[in-house]
Amino acid sequence: MSTRLATGGRLIDHAAPMTFTFNGKEMQGYAGDTLASALLANDRMLVGRSFKYHRPRGIMASGAEEPNALVGLGRDGQFEPNQRATTTELFDGLESTSQNHWPSLDHDIGAVNQYLGRVLPAGFYYKMFLYPRAFWKHVYEPFIRHSAGLGKAPQDRDADSYEHFHVHVDVLVIGGGIAGLQAACAAGRTGAKVLLIEQTAHWGGRAPVDGGVVDGISVDAFTQNLIAELDAMENVTMRLRTMGAGVYDHGYVLGYERRTDHAPDMGGPRHRLWRIRAARTITATGAIERPLSFSGNDIPGVMLASAVRDYAVNFGVAVGDRTLVVTNNDDGYRTAIALKNLGLDVPAVIDARPAGGGALAQEAASLGIRIETGKAVAKALGGKRITGAAVCAQAGTGSVDEEIECDCIAMSGGWSPVVHLWSHCGGKLIWDADHAFFRPDPARPPLGAEGQGVVMAAGSANGALDLAIALADADYAGRKAAEATGYRPKRGRPPEAEQAGEAPILPVWQMPEGADQTLRAKTWLDFQNDVKVTDVQLAAREGFESVEHTKRYTTLGMATDQGKLSNINGLAVLSEALGQAIPATGTTTFRPPYTPISMGAIAGEARGDLFQPLRRTPMHEWHEANGAEWEPVGQWRRPYCYIQGDETPADAVTREVTAVRQSLGLLDASTLGKIIVKGPDAGQFLDMMYTNMMSNLGIGKCRYGLMCNENGFLIDDGVVARIDADTWLCHTTTGGADHIHAHMEEWLQTEWWDWQVYTANVTEQWAQIAVVGPNARNLLEKFTDDDLSAEAFPFMTWKDVTLNSVRARVFRISFSGELSYEVATPAGMGRAVWNELLAGAEEFGATTYGTEALHVLRAEKGFIMIGDETDGTVTPQDLCLNWAVSKKKHDFIGKRGQQRSHLCDPKRWRLVGLQTLDGSVLPDGAYAATQARNANGQRKTIGRVTSTYYSPTLKRGIAMGLVENGPQRMGEVIDFPMLDGTVQQVRIVDPVQYDKAGEKQNV
Amino acid sequence: MLMLKCPYCGVMADETELSAGGEAHLKRFGPQSSAEDFEGYLFARENPKGVHVERWRHVNGCGKWFHAARCTLTLEVFGTYSAQVTAPPQDIRDAIRAKHPDWRWRDMA
Repeated sequence: MSTRLATGGRLIDHAAPMTFTFNGKEMQGYAGDTLASALLANDRMLVGRSFKYHRPRGIMASGAEEPNALVGLGRDGQFEPNQRATTTELFDGLESTSQNHWPSLDHDIGAVNQYLGRVLPAGFYYKMFLYPRAFWKHVYEPFIRHSAGLGKAPQDRDADSYEHFHVHVDVLVIGGGIAGLQAACAAGRTGAKVLLIEQTAHWGGRAPVDGGVVDGISVDAFTQNLIAELDAMENVTMRLRTMGAGVYDHGYVLGYERRTDHAPDMGGPRHRLWRIRAARTITATGAIERPLSFSGNDIPGVMLASAVRDYAVNFGVAVGDRTLVVTNNDDGYRTAIALKNLGLDVPAVIDARPAGGGALAQEAASLGIRIETGKAVAKALGGKRITGAAVCAQAGTGSVDEEIECDCIAMSGGWSPVVHLWSHCGGKLIWDADHAFFRPDPARPPLGAEGQGVVMAAGSANGALDLAIALADADYAGRKAAEATGYRPKRGRPPEAEQAGEAPILPVWQMPEGADQTLRAKTWLDFQNDVKVTDVQLAAREGFESVEHTKRYTTLGMATDQGKLSNINGLAVLSEALGQAIPATGTTTFRPPYTPISMGAIAGEARGDLFQPLRRTPMHEWHEANGAEWEPVGQWRRPYCYIQGDETPADAVTREVTAVRQSLGLLDASTLGKIIVKGPDAGQFLDMMYTNMMSNLGIGKCRYGLMCNENGFLIDDGVVARIDADTWLCHTTTGGADHIHAHMEEWLQTEWWDWQVYTANVTEQWAQIAVVGPNARNLLEKFTDDDLSAEAFPFMTWKDVTLNSVRARVFRISFSGELSYEVATPAGMGRAVWNELLAGAEEFGATTYGTEALHVLRAEKGFIMIGDETDGTVTPQDLCLNWAVSKKKHDFIGKRGQQRSHLCDPKRWRLVGLQTLDGSVLPDGAYAATQARNANGQRKTIGRVTSTYYSPTLKRGIAMGLVENGPQRMGEVIDFPMLDGTVQQVRIVDPVQYDKAGEKQNV
Repeated sequence: MLMLKCPYCGVMADETELSAGGEAHLKRFGPQSSAEDFEGYLFARENPKGVHVERWRHVNGCGKWFHAARCTLTLEVFGTYSAQVTAPPQDIRDAIRAKHPDWRWRDMA
């Protein structure tokens, strides 16, 4: 069993006990524990189930590389799934739950999957679920959905807050182990601005656990000196609990600070995303120990040797009473020695190397530890916990020499430098055959904007596993990085560590070498996703030879740990299966983030009201106070309708439409885009922008215009007013103001830059009120002596009018078919004019109306709406707007596009009105179909609904739509199949369903 | 995240301040053009693994369009320059050819 030792544990405080729960059971730990160490101290080794086979899973590592110990933390708005117990600091009251099991962790039904292992091989999903077709929807998909994902998604809104930090530094050092500290010191001493970040809660990394002597003092004391020196430097910033998440283009780095995860009562933002611009980045990210591939290596109690050592030295936790060490390198002996020195039983060290180890092996032998060289673990024994190991010769096929009783197997397959951050932005790797790992290739670093290397690796992340070499390497990196940013390193020697004199590693990718199929089928590579040696070999046999293909076929390395333990072992197995060298296989792509970061941190402050700015018209508050139902239109909020009393929205729309048709309505039209186009060449420019002619528009006149892109498709429409000889005012749709302005600027700046034209987006400078209905003129005349008669102020003109001393620009234009004026005033006067007009309108029984009434009014008149009748594939000709497309103009944006054969096809879907035979309202987006079938056996569609409303004026449903060859089919009845299986019969009619002659607007 | 210097306002701008506008120096083909020319103008784009000349707009800044010559593989930037030219200026070409002596761009001399 795993237990807490009576003494020891350099990171925990025996005087500060803490209570936490795991699956509802109360347990004790100490301040300084991680959740993993506290669970182990409570003999809780089984902490989860694997993804595919629901195999029992125990804690395997002590850091960010942990594949198994994933838990849900907290509750309600603070619940978070898939958190690694090894990187979760314990606090009093912590609540944790295990994942991926039912009904309970200890008794899990899904575990039958492991007995189905032979029928659930790699690629199972791809092969199995193809047939019979009907099974997909009713059997396979529900099953897969049920099994998908490990943790449960939180149900509540995230109760915490998050923020972003922006920082610029000369040198960023990622990793606060001994190499990072030394590199930061070397850079800091030059005066360079340095930021040093460390993902754990402690400086020093592995060095204090692994031991050694530097400059004549213990490595622990040396580390303390470095920390003190850095602390005293004003140009150095240090942050614990801050992970280097990703390295991006041109020296951009993301740091992920977990500010309050360990102290939820601290207040303030929980996580902080550091957005760092660093001239140089040093990745001192250390190395990760590799598991060994032997049968049963996934049974709880099999752990990385370094993790067993960490739990003992850092947390005073003995993972087992009897720990068998199995290794292919000298580092494994450190665990044996550490355990023995703590008085724990180490029955043997199984060393795969025939010649055994170096100085550390001798030390272990002198402590009386039995050492077996040239040996391997044939098979780990046990179910939910290790009970022993069968030992055999590494060189053989696994015939068992003896069984050794143990409750923990500490394995060391060598170390892999953490090259993730180096690789994120293009840094290349080389295979170091002597050490059997990939390390950064200093000749091919990630490059900056000037083609210079901007990232350096240091210490064990650079392949320098030996303490002495790592320190010299880090010192060099720190100096070089500072020098590259313009600082001058002082002369001085790097610190000197005593060398251990290690014997070389023996690469071991399968234990024993000749393991048979039975053993290999129980030899895990990826512990979270259940990928075994046989799966990778199968993938290779089935032709998935690229490492990227194998990864996706087997899901090797695709779990939440992204293969931190499995990648190298997996690609070594693949290389062997393909009979090629490891570097020929290569690695999969390392992508940020290094470990998962919270969505909250990515969003930062941009949530809720701060997600995006809210644009308010000058009349916004009035709408709010008068029953407006809001409709988001871009960043604006526009009233959809105004609810009076206990009206439903439909009631309100009917009332508003009726008021406008019969008397008077007022609309806040301020959101309409308004762009001033001015200059000697403005007319020529607008002739290119619009499909119709704008240069010949008379001063004081208005003209409806269409805008297309070069494809020929309609992108915007609106009324253009000629203000003076070289000034036009272009109205755009509400949503179009910004991008149409950008569209104009693009052409002016990049194509016709010699044309003398300025544009200005003045949308927000003006308030605009549409005064609409038979009494519109009567209302305005109450406020002005200016002549508003039909003769003096005809349709499609504009005029400066003084309304009660406010100078307004009034456009006589109509989007409703009624007599209509759009009154534009400077934005600051908008609310006052709105109030006055409303007061004056009372005698006419007027109402304010919203966007829905506006839509109904325009649809009754057959006016198109960008975004309803258009979707980016519709031309003016499709909408029967040929009258607004100039035939005289030599050129305009979209003219050539509209000449393309497909756009001239007479069978294109074109705009018509649609009338249901029973008067009901068609569903939006409904399709018309004929009895004919297409090549896929589907009914042929011949049209669709683009706008559909109930018309209070006509007392029936009205709709517009695009129908194949529609305008030639007036009066024809076509079928619209409904979702419920019924069919709506619909007559093709003129799109203008009300006042076709236009008598009402032209009075 | 790339950084590019806006040649108009002189700001070293983060990519979040900019919007990308695709390949630079396209020649516009209008109403009288052949189907092939128009197709090329509308759809065919260079997509090199290497040096690319491209359009950017300093959208969350001065609002100006400009051009950049950049290696899509190494992210090295050879310079930014005015949008009001039909080909990269000599200093930009020199900077590119210093690293890529054989660099060609479409049918540009």
